[in-house]
Amino acid sequence: MSAPLIGYTELALAAVLVLASAILSLLLNLGYARALLVAGARTVIQLLLVGLVLKTVFALSSPWLIGAVMLAMLVAASYEIRARQQRRYAGLWSFGIGAATTMLATLFVTAFALITLRPDPWFSPQVVIPLAGIVLGSVMNGVSISLNAFNTGIVRERAAIEARLALGASRYTALKPMQRSALRSGMIPIINQMSAAGIITLPGMMTGQILAGMAPFEAAKYQILVLFLLAGAAGLGALVATYVAVWRTTDERDRLRLDRLVQPP
Amino acid sequence: MVKYVAGQVARHTPMLETRSLHRLAVGPIDMTLDPGCCMSIVGKSGSGKSILLRMIADLDPHEGGAALDGIACSSMPAPAWRRQVTYVAAESGWWDDRVAAHFPARADLSASFASVGIPAEAVSWPVSQLSTGERQRLALLRALAPANRVLLLDEPTSGLDVASTAMVETLLRERLAQGGAIVLVTHDPAQAARMASRHFELRDGRLEARTP
Repeated sequence: MSAPLIGYTELALAAVLVLASAILSLLLNLGYARALLVAGARTVIQLLLVGLVLKTVFALSSPWLIGAVMLAMLVAASYEIRARQQRRYAGLWSFGIGAATTMLATLFVTAFALITLRPDPWFSPQVVIPLAGIVLGSVMNGVSISLNAFNTGIVRERAAIEARLALGASRYTALKPMQRSALRSGMIPIINQMSAAGIITLPGMMTGQILAGMAPFEAAKYQILVLFLLAGAAGLGALVATYVAVWRTTDERDRLRLDRLVQPP
Repeated sequence: MVKYVAGQVARHTPMLETRSLHRLAVGPIDMTLDPGCCMSIVGKSGSGKSILLRMIADLDPHEGGAALDGIACSSMPAPAWRRQVTYVAAESGWWDDRVAAHFPARADLSASFASVGIPAEAVSWPVSQLSTGERQRLALLRALAPANRVLLLDEPTSGLDVASTAMVETLLRERLAQGGAIVLVTHDPAQAARMASRHFELRDGRLEARTP
């Protein structure tokens, strides 16, 4: 059995669904049409381009080229994280906090996966790039959601946090409730994904492998491994990001420093 | 109990002392406060009264320093300073849904609640059920911890009726009698006259002595 090949006609038919949704949004004045269409166009351009690039990278199989591809992916993820923030850090921090935590979590978990899977050669692009990509996506979700929840939360709960600080709580105690709820929000996507896996949805990767002809049980084992990697990566990224956020939005005298966030435009 | 007497300033260390506190358009502020004393500060809205209190509590970055019994704020961790020199904001903040979570566990609160006219069972209420005036009074009670030495009060009775105001003032007088000190920001000159022994106005960023 082999997967049915997809032509441009089939893609165009699927695009009708996106267009229909956008038209509904316009008719009912729901305000998401523009964002949806832009995202749809980006999907087409980005995925086709990446297909072309990966074809070359796989053919050359150079560790340097793979490193460069991963770096580009990290930079793109860091920009996405920054774009998701309603309240950004002033200056370089707006980019740096996402970039640093994403790089840390992605490299750690990807290295962990490579040690576990032992591909040959270890930098095999067919393994490294998809793995780093899917891990990066999960880290990006965890970091951007929890950072955004944290930063909007501390602005909203300023009076409560400062009341606690004024009564002699340390900055870590005073911000703990915000950190906890931000982490909960950041972990919801991966927790949902793991809870729903197989019952409510067939995960994308497993679906792809089955469509491409892999035995369902083997595909399931792969999917479990990947979901665990994703959960670990999202958790690590979000945890580090919120600790950096607590540290950055307060100072050594345990003051809340909302002046280090910029106002939303 | 040491009482403030003019001419003795140089011979004893004041309980609270600030040197050249400065932030934004407020300051430099030099002031001293002795145990059992209440000083009042009035001033137009926007004159920086809250900025001044927050500076004394070290809640915002600022220039200058403050000391308690001669020990500099900068020489101790900020939380230790704020447990002794406590700012009570005009608008109270609540970090939990339950009233009880804002008070020490297992404390008997019925007497202190009654002293400001709040029923003892309020401790089991959700915060959302409290009126503005109840919140204001509970925020003050919350700050009256045993470690507290100086209270920095920002309009502590602005939302209260006459009877509740009188109860709060009685509570504050008890605090003074026990050797605590109070910096009282108020818009009400009558309250300043009732409570304080020294009176100031914050004008153009400077503290000026005022006769009530």
